[in-house]
Amino acid sequence: MSTVSTSLIATEGLTRDFGGLRAVDHVDFSLEKGEVRAVIGPNGAGKTTFVSLLCGRIPPSEGRIRYEGRDITRLPAHRRVALGIAYTFQITSIFANLTLFDNVALPAQKHLSLHHPGGSIRDYGMAALERVGLADRAEEQAGNLSYGHQRLLEIAMGLAIHPRLLILDEPTQGLAEGEIARFEALVREVAQESTVLLIEHNMDVVMNLASRITVLNFGAILAEGTPEEIRANEAVQAAYLGG
Amino acid sequence: MHGGVIAALVVLGFVLPEYHHGAMARILVLAVFALGYNVLFGYTGLLSLGHAMFFAAGLYGTGLAMQQLGWSAAAALPFGIACGAALGLVVGVLALRTIGVGFMIVTLMFAQAGYLTSLYFTEYTRGDEGFTIPQAARAIGGLDLSNADTRYLVAVALFGVAMLLKLWLVRSPAGRVMVAIRENEERTRMLGFDPFRYKLMALVVSAAFAGAAGAAYGVLFGYVGATFASIQYSILPLLYVLLGGAGTVIGPLIGTVLMFYLVDFTSSLTSAYNLVVGVALVALILVARKGILGTIRDKWARWIP
Ligand SMILES: Nc1ncnc2c1ncn2[C@@H]1O[C@H](COP(=O)(O)OP(=O)(O)O)[C@@H](O)[C@H]1O
Ligand SMILES: [Mg+2]
Repeated sequence: MSTVSTSLIATEGLTRDFGGLRAVDHVDFSLEKGEVRAVIGPNGAGKTTFVSLLCGRIPPSEGRIRYEGRDITRLPAHRRVALGIAYTFQITSIFANLTLFDNVALPAQKHLSLHHPGGSIRDYGMAALERVGLADRAEEQAGNLSYGHQRLLEIAMGLAIHPRLLILDEPTQGLAEGEIARFEALVREVAQESTVLLIEHNMDVVMNLASRITVLNFGAILAEGTPEEIRANEAVQAAYLGG
Repeated sequence: MHGGVIAALVVLGFVLPEYHHGAMARILVLAVFALGYNVLFGYTGLLSLGHAMFFAAGLYGTGLAMQQLGWSAAAALPFGIACGAALGLVVGVLALRTIGVGFMIVTLMFAQAGYLTSLYFTEYTRGDEGFTIPQAARAIGGLDLSNADTRYLVAVALFGVAMLLKLWLVRSPAGRVMVAIRENEERTRMLGFDPFRYKLMALVVSAAFAGAAGAAYGVLFGYVGATFASIQYSILPLLYVLLGGAGTVIGPLIGTVLMFYLVDFTSSLTSAYNLVVGVALVALILVARKGILGTIRDKWARWIP
């Protein structure tokens, strides 16, 4: 088990049932520090459910999660954030009635209270908006943004936490071409300091960014490997063509 | 601006005719109740239907301590506030396991239990009839709180302190989290904040304000009765806040003043005054859904806190 020493987060037999439906089925998964890992798979494969278990948004039915060697299976979601796990929602979940600045001020406040007491919420919040190119609209109401810009704000909220593990759930959904290029540059920059777990449908983005890819199908890992290995994998092709 | 409100209230104390002078002192105490209600409802998004119990905890805490134990007003007043806060903590730990309508019902039932308790111990509380606190006991330091002018200024001072505390709270980091919970609790949780902790804090603060209003009511007006524990006093702060503007700092004062005079005026015209007040409120909510100050803020003055 040479991977144990460098693994940031790992699961053992991780399972989640919704009534009779097994959305995540005994997943053994390990993510190394510094990786950009893509998770792909057909709709309904269990990708969102899987990462929701990692960040604690929902509890597992079975199995265990280790983060930096520590068992966090029962740790509440807000305490996992304090350990550096940030999650951005697939279904955009911003504070629609508040300004863009207030949206990022909250995670900035969290980050500062944990790591830099006395730091300026304004500076940190604005920096997060700057990274996604929304700084000049800081005082606008978030609900008035276009869908694509709301996606970027959602990402900025994740960045403002300065996470060690950033989980992005279909971040490019609804982004225009130019915005996708900008997003790719952003992820490369974030990957300098953080480990990134990226659920993504756009295969160009996946191939451009991911160092490794995990393929989920029917809640289980179907394949895992480098982008080249996954591209050549027949089972993966069958799942996508069949699905 | 908030200093201006206080200054205006002090000046009003000298110019108001006697009747309104007395009414205004009462209004200011009830406005403290409304300010506290707004911390929970307007800022944190939790609708309680049981705030009468916190007001009554302050009122009885102070009243019974003076009546039965012979405490001075100076000692009984903070004790009443502590009673409100302590009850808020206990009720919060239990009621905050529920959300939405569940929370409304649980707080309503706790308040009903509180009301029945105040009737059950009639030997001490004198039930609906209530009891008075003797005039001689209603003094702090050299201040005679039964004197109309002193009473007015003490009410202004209490309101001023409560308003500044609330302003400080809503501008603090914790205030930011409270608003975030109101807007999107799940997102707030996933940004690393424990919603339960902040909701409990908001409820305890809210209950402490209600307790302070109840305690002050006891020493300033010298009457302690079970009416204040009844459902009516749970609904009133909600109406004050809705009318003045939920989630604004001084909206509750505006709401309390209007509501008080609306009831006062209509009840002098007709015995069906509750109906008239109800219709007026419905009309207002239709025209200005965010209450008076909330609507002004949205339309003209975004800077109002
Ligand atoms: N909260 C839920 N309640 C019931 N079923 C759910 C819930 N969330 C997801 N599912 C089901 O679990 C399966 C996996 O969903 P999801 O994790 O969202 O897949 P993906 O993100 O890969 O599209 C789907 O069949 C979905 O309908
Ligand atoms: Mg999904």
